[in-house]
Amino acid sequence: MDDLKQNNLKTASEHGIQAPLALLAELSHRCPLQCPYCSNPVQLEKKTGELTTDEWKSVIDQAVEMGMHQIHLSGGEPTVRHDLEDIVEHCSKTGLYTNLITSGVLLNPERLNKLESLGLEHVQLSFQDTDNDNADRIGGFKGGHAKKLEVAKWVRDVDLPLTCNCVVHRQNINNLDNFIKMALDLDAERVEIAQVQYYGWALKNRAAFIPTPEQLDHATEIVEKARVDLKGKLVIDYVIPDYYAKHPKNCMGGWGRRFLNMNPKGEVLPCHAAETIPHLKFDNVRDHSLKWIWENSEAFNLYRGTDWMPDPCKSCDRKEIDWGGCRCQAMALTGDAKNTDPACSISPLHNEIFDMAAEEARNAPPEFIYRKYNVRFNSPI
Amino acid sequence: MTDTLKITDDVLPKFPKHVKFKYNKPRDEWVILAPERLVKLDMVAVEILKLVDGEKSVKNISIELSQKFNAPKDIILKDVTDMLQDLSDKGFIEENG
Ligand code: SF4
Ligand code: SF4
Repeated sequence: MDDLKQNNLKTASEHGIQAPLALLAELSHRCPLQCPYCSNPVQLEKKTGELTTDEWKSVIDQAVEMGMHQIHLSGGEPTVRHDLEDIVEHCSKTGLYTNLITSGVLLNPERLNKLESLGLEHVQLSFQDTDNDNADRIGGFKGGHAKKLEVAKWVRDVDLPLTCNCVVHRQNINNLDNFIKMALDLDAERVEIAQVQYYGWALKNRAAFIPTPEQLDHATEIVEKARVDLKGKLVIDYVIPDYYAKHPKNCMGGWGRRFLNMNPKGEVLPCHAAETIPHLKFDNVRDHSLKWIWENSEAFNLYRGTDWMPDPCKSCDRKEIDWGGCRCQAMALTGDAKNTDPACSISPLHNEIFDMAAEEARNAPPEFIYRKYNVRFNSPI
Repeated sequence: MTDTLKITDDVLPKFPKHVKFKYNKPRDEWVILAPERLVKLDMVAVEILKLVDGEKSVKNISIELSQKFNAPKDIILKDVTDMLQDLSDKGFIEENG
């Protein structure tokens, strides 16, 4: 079966695409936090469907054989898995650069020590705010922020490098200075300041998150100044919400060009939000090799390259720069994943959607819709 | 991270613990790996970085390279310094000690 092509779409190699660079491994969707901007699909995967330790080990071996450089162990919350130690050890043995993306609240010093000794190379710890109460409110987890500050210390105590992941939005963007200061105080190597990206849970909560253009300009100024002041001391990565950019972000370096994402049950996705595109059919590592999937999976080949693009992307000279933006955002906002991402100022829908978001930003923020299992909401759009 | 490092002749450069300089066999390429970072390297960079071990000074690295490639010492020293400074500013190189 593995040698049969699934359809008439061009494959990765026919597009001249090499093996992916990194694997984002969502070990579990389970998470003690409930961030309302979570990138996980609205339909969360339960524990029973998760891949086993041996299945993950086989995936890791395949990733190395394909030439991948890095693995990001993520979720949900990857530390809910009791076999995280086995998985980390296996990654490290095979030479993958191993990164743990965690909310931290389930970690303790012993476990971090163990993970470090097994070869973990880096920890990315998420922060919801620098203000204790607001952070706990956003994450929906009491005591979370205080615990995270402790965890950050433990991470540095075992000499693991630390990145603070800070998702900023209208309800914490005024603390941007403090986020940077916190990262310095915690002796982090790097701080990632990302504005909320609007699909999945975050789109449901867009009105609660979207900053005004003024707030955003101010934030950008702060980041630019800090980057100069802290050059060589702290790496600052900054992602602006693409609603306010002229052109969309080069999402994942292009659909199916550089990365792949695996969900807890073994489905292989071109990006972590790809499950929000309802007609995509994902292949599973339980049925095919990872290599076969990268090469042939319809979910990847549908939006690879530029052949599938309608206008205005089709006739745009940026089409091989941003690849038409984000397919998930196009799906969420226009109802068709092929359309130009409306974040692009050239999209015919840009103004309408931009105005709606800007309107939301001017109004008082509504209550959050928290990330949870087994709840269904009507889409706000 | 510590303070900004200025690369001079006597600095003993090394890779920070979380930065890996590696050969990837299936891809047949040398890279620097760090959190969310992947730097592909050209042959010159690879030759320089192969000598970075925390023991050799910038000057000694340059001398070794100038002998190996039979090239003028001062030009090599400048190339080595510039490249290491750039990598250091990005957090990929630190000083031993
Ligand atoms: S964004 Fe929040 S809820 Fe989603 S996985 Fe991360 S910590 Fe958990
Ligand atoms: S029209 Fe399409 S290709 Fe052109 S900039 Fe906008 S999103 Fe990119």
